[in-house]
Amino acid sequence: MSADLSSNGLAIEFRNVSYSFGAGTELISDLNLQVRRTETLVLLGRSGSGKTTTLKLINALASPTSGEILVEGRPTTQWDPIRLRRGIGYVIQDAGLFPHFTVERNVALVPKIENWPSDRIHKRVTELLQVVGLDANLASRYPRELSGGQRQRVGVARALAADPPILLMDEPFGALDPITRAELQREFLALQKRLEKTVVFVTHDLREALLLGTRIALMEAGKLVAALSPEEFVNSSDPMVKKYLDAFGSLPTNNGTRGLA
Amino acid sequence: MNVFQFIAQNYTELLDHTFEHLRMVGISTLLAVMVGIPLGILVTRWPALDKPVLGTANVIQTIPGLALFGFLIPVPWIGASAERLAILALTLYALLPLIRNTHAGIKGVDKSVIEAGRGMGMTDRQLLFQVQLPLALGVIIAGVRVATVISVGLATIAAAIGAGGLGEYIFRGLSMVNNQLILAGAIPAAVLALLADVSLGWLEKRLGSNLVVAQQ
Repeated sequence: MSADLSSNGLAIEFRNVSYSFGAGTELISDLNLQVRRTETLVLLGRSGSGKTTTLKLINALASPTSGEILVEGRPTTQWDPIRLRRGIGYVIQDAGLFPHFTVERNVALVPKIENWPSDRIHKRVTELLQVVGLDANLASRYPRELSGGQRQRVGVARALAADPPILLMDEPFGALDPITRAELQREFLALQKRLEKTVVFVTHDLREALLLGTRIALMEAGKLVAALSPEEFVNSSDPMVKKYLDAFGSLPTNNGTRGLA
Repeated sequence: MNVFQFIAQNYTELLDHTFEHLRMVGISTLLAVMVGIPLGILVTRWPALDKPVLGTANVIQTIPGLALFGFLIPVPWIGASAERLAILALTLYALLPLIRNTHAGIKGVDKSVIEAGRGMGMTDRQLLFQVQLPLALGVIIAGVRVATVISVGLATIAAAIGAGGLGEYIFRGLSMVNNQLILAGAIPAAVLALLADVSLGWLEKRLGSNLVVAQQ
């Protein structure tokens, strides 16, 4: 995806976006949101608040009922969805790896469908496994032979394969044990510092949001409550933000909970 | 004379009938695979076709074997040869398990895997051939297995319209009230069915391991 310089530093922009599924039930209502280049925007909210749907509107897995989403300054409806998606890395919970592909083939997925020469693919896969901290001899393993943390690393490597400027991450660390999760969160921060991708990250975990986000967009019932920096977020007087903060204040640990965003 | 002595004395004739039998089952299963699997895929693509296609295959399945042979006799070219007739009938019977299993196999592939593929920019065609079909292969082979085993049994009826096969002995034995003769047809047919079942079962297990993992 070529960067569009006319689009004033915005990678993604939601303009009055609504999305309904079937007749009536509105999952997203009148969403206005801007994602700046190289920032990590965290979509925070409880299950069913519309975070995942928001994510899917970006890579055109869902089409808005009204309004438009601009990616690199161009509405998603004007993109060829295949081209759009190949320029956006996508990481989901449990990684969504292909069980019949080895780690190497999983990571090589996008380069392969983009017809890269095989020696370049091989080089890229080796490089990426190192980037996400996986031993090179895991390349020939199948996903079932890996731990949850390793699978998630492969998922990240796969999303980075064709070096897309934008990364969408849907609760990527949600199914991991607390120690592995903390480890991957730390590595994500280091990686993001180096790679400077535009990241939209979905989570229901406030701690994760405060740790990873440069901005946090709190969603509730398909509406955007507020989009604030972590400092602004913790000091906010917005009743909904306070409610979310209070809910976490009263919970000594949030580890191990799994959201159904 | 018991059945084993009969088999020992007539083994060349028995082999001929076995080959006739295998030919009918083989050709019809192959045809059914060539029609049934694409139909099964089609049905997953256009859900509106789901009920009519599966319904038709279901109705065919309920027609008794001999009656189906009878229905097909007036069909031009087909009706002119007993073997063609038998092959067509067996093909029609084999369609249901193939369509149904292809459909179920593809539908059974983990949604998150499909979504990940789509989200990464795979086209429908790439998803079908690289993800859905490979992961559904175990279930599809299970359909081939069921179809083959049913065909081996049904093909014995083909002898009633003169198409040959191991049914020859069974029908001859029935008219002569000779149990040994019936067994001379029934035992090899049972052995064929078991062999088909075991070998395709092995294949299914080998290819199906992917699907089990996909649904973890």
